[in-house]
Amino acid sequence: MADTSTVTEKGTSLWRDAWLRLRKNKVAVVSGVFLIVMFLLCFVAAWFTGDPNEQDLANKFAAVGSSSENIQQVRQDDGSSIKETRTLLHLLGTDQMGRDLLSRILFGGQVSLLVGLIATSVAFVIGISYGAISGYAGGRADAIMMRAVDTLYAIPFLVLVILLQEVLSGSTSEVATWLVKHWKFPDETTHRLANILPLFLAIGALGWLTLARITRSQILSLKQQEFAQAAISLGLSPSRILFRHLIPNTLGPAIVYVTLTIPSFIMYEATLSFLGLGIKAPDSSWGVLIKDGANYMETQPMLLILPALFFTTTLFALNFLGDGLRDALDPKAAKD
Amino acid sequence: MIGFIFRRVLQGLLVLFVLYTLSFFLIKALPGDAFTTEKAMSPEAKEEQMKRFGLDKPWVIQYGLRLQRLLLQQDLGISPKKNRKVSLILQQSFPASVVLGLNAFLVACVIGIPLGIFSAVRKNTWVDYASMGFAMIGICVAAFIIGPLLQTQVAMRLPAFKVAGWDNPVDWILPAITLGLAPAAYLARLTRGGMLEVLGQDFVRTAQAKGVPPLTIITRHTLRGGLIPSVAYLGPAFAYLISGSFVVETIFQVPGMGRHFIDATIDRDEDLLLGCVLYYGFLIVILNLVSDIIQASLNPRLRESL
Repeated sequence: MADTSTVTEKGTSLWRDAWLRLRKNKVAVVSGVFLIVMFLLCFVAAWFTGDPNEQDLANKFAAVGSSSENIQQVRQDDGSSIKETRTLLHLLGTDQMGRDLLSRILFGGQVSLLVGLIATSVAFVIGISYGAISGYAGGRADAIMMRAVDTLYAIPFLVLVILLQEVLSGSTSEVATWLVKHWKFPDETTHRLANILPLFLAIGALGWLTLARITRSQILSLKQQEFAQAAISLGLSPSRILFRHLIPNTLGPAIVYVTLTIPSFIMYEATLSFLGLGIKAPDSSWGVLIKDGANYMETQPMLLILPALFFTTTLFALNFLGDGLRDALDPKAAKD
Repeated sequence: MIGFIFRRVLQGLLVLFVLYTLSFFLIKALPGDAFTTEKAMSPEAKEEQMKRFGLDKPWVIQYGLRLQRLLLQQDLGISPKKNRKVSLILQQSFPASVVLGLNAFLVACVIGIPLGIFSAVRKNTWVDYASMGFAMIGICVAAFIIGPLLQTQVAMRLPAFKVAGWDNPVDWILPAITLGLAPAAYLARLTRGGMLEVLGQDFVRTAQAKGVPPLTIITRHTLRGGLIPSVAYLGPAFAYLISGSFVVETIFQVPGMGRHFIDATIDRDEDLLLGCVLYYGFLIVILNLVSDIIQASLNPRLRESL
């Protein structure tokens, strides 16, 4: 699909062409930069904003940009205690338990963004392998595998995610306890991961259906082409043909589809957390924060508006970037 | 056509069976049981309760007994938590969910399809950009943000609306808008794409050259073909309406099935949970069938291949 009019000395590839086209798309570039900034905020800057779970009941619902004097009793060696005062800046105010909202939003963002990455990777691996095997095998195996996909399609997605998540959470917490006990894994981090991982896995384990269909139809047409026939007649092993020759050629459409599933997976996580079925305390995500904020929306609208703003702008950026990628990788489908 | 419907009905039954089996064993694998959260229950009393609801037998036998009861007596069992028949609970909560879903669907069509048509006809004008911008908002702003915003900005300012409740038809409006906005956005994008595809074809140019009025070209020549992608979206749209209704029912306190489903998950109320899952599966199977039939009737090429 290389554009012959812009052949350079180096030659051009699908990916290089796509990159050039993407760079011209201002909305997509702005979205990309925005996402990088959001990532840095959530995964780097968050650690400088203090503990998201530290309560300060004297400072409930502090206004945006206010600061609080936090007085702590510090016990000294001789048994007496002195009061130590710390000044905490609450850039975005505090919530109903006096927790710093900025810190909660940034740490919550870690979970929301991780859902996008982990659940999508799980779905990506399953979907590509399943679709490729089904398409390559053909015949009866293909028919059975695709009927299975059809059947899963007709099942309400969120319903199964909820059930699967609850099932997985039992085993991941057991695994976490075992890891901490026998392998000296850091207690807090391991359990935190065990707390959030089931939801990620459940979404990923059920979100691969469309990807499998896309990959299968790609493989079906690719396997008729000369290079694939050549590989087959050379006697290469099926797995080598699949993974070295066929799958790399299906990645374009797959990546387009995957970038557009990231926002929808983030949305699923937030929806479940909003319902109280997703991420559970002490962890939080944007969905949890929005749910908490909705309880106080009459008197403290900022508690709803601020997390909603972070959540929505991120989704906007992901969708715009996804649209841009689609137009860049598949110029024929781009709107004229 | 009849053969096609027959095949799809059979396939639908298979889907329901797989769904029921899968959900049953998933539910059985859940940690805890219906009496875990019950305070101060002696082991003997618990055992008696487990026996009463048939929860003491091995899984496979429970599964067989349930399937037998479901198929032969059309009985979904009793919810130990609510101490009522599951079918009764579902019967009472079903109407509210259906009304909500239908209204949301109406909102989606009334907003989404005209918006898509306008933006396709006025491609690359401000109408197009505004419509597609609106569609992007509908996709990115979650129902659980729109709902609270409507509550604070509309319901609390206009006396006609209530923040939550489900007493008269006016109360249907805000939940329906909240639930319908996202599918409206997808519909607008799909309709635009479908219309553009058809509008670019030769027979449209011929019609234009013959001097057929623009409105007639749209209604008589392009709409039918242009709506095919939107009709294909109906199936996923219904699935969205069901999962979205969990959220909207929670926000606006609609007495529908969503709340029961969530409660049942948290309470490990097996029979109620299975009943809900089966109901949702049934709805989706039926609606997918309807969507397929509409698609076939709109698209002659598809009809011949059936």
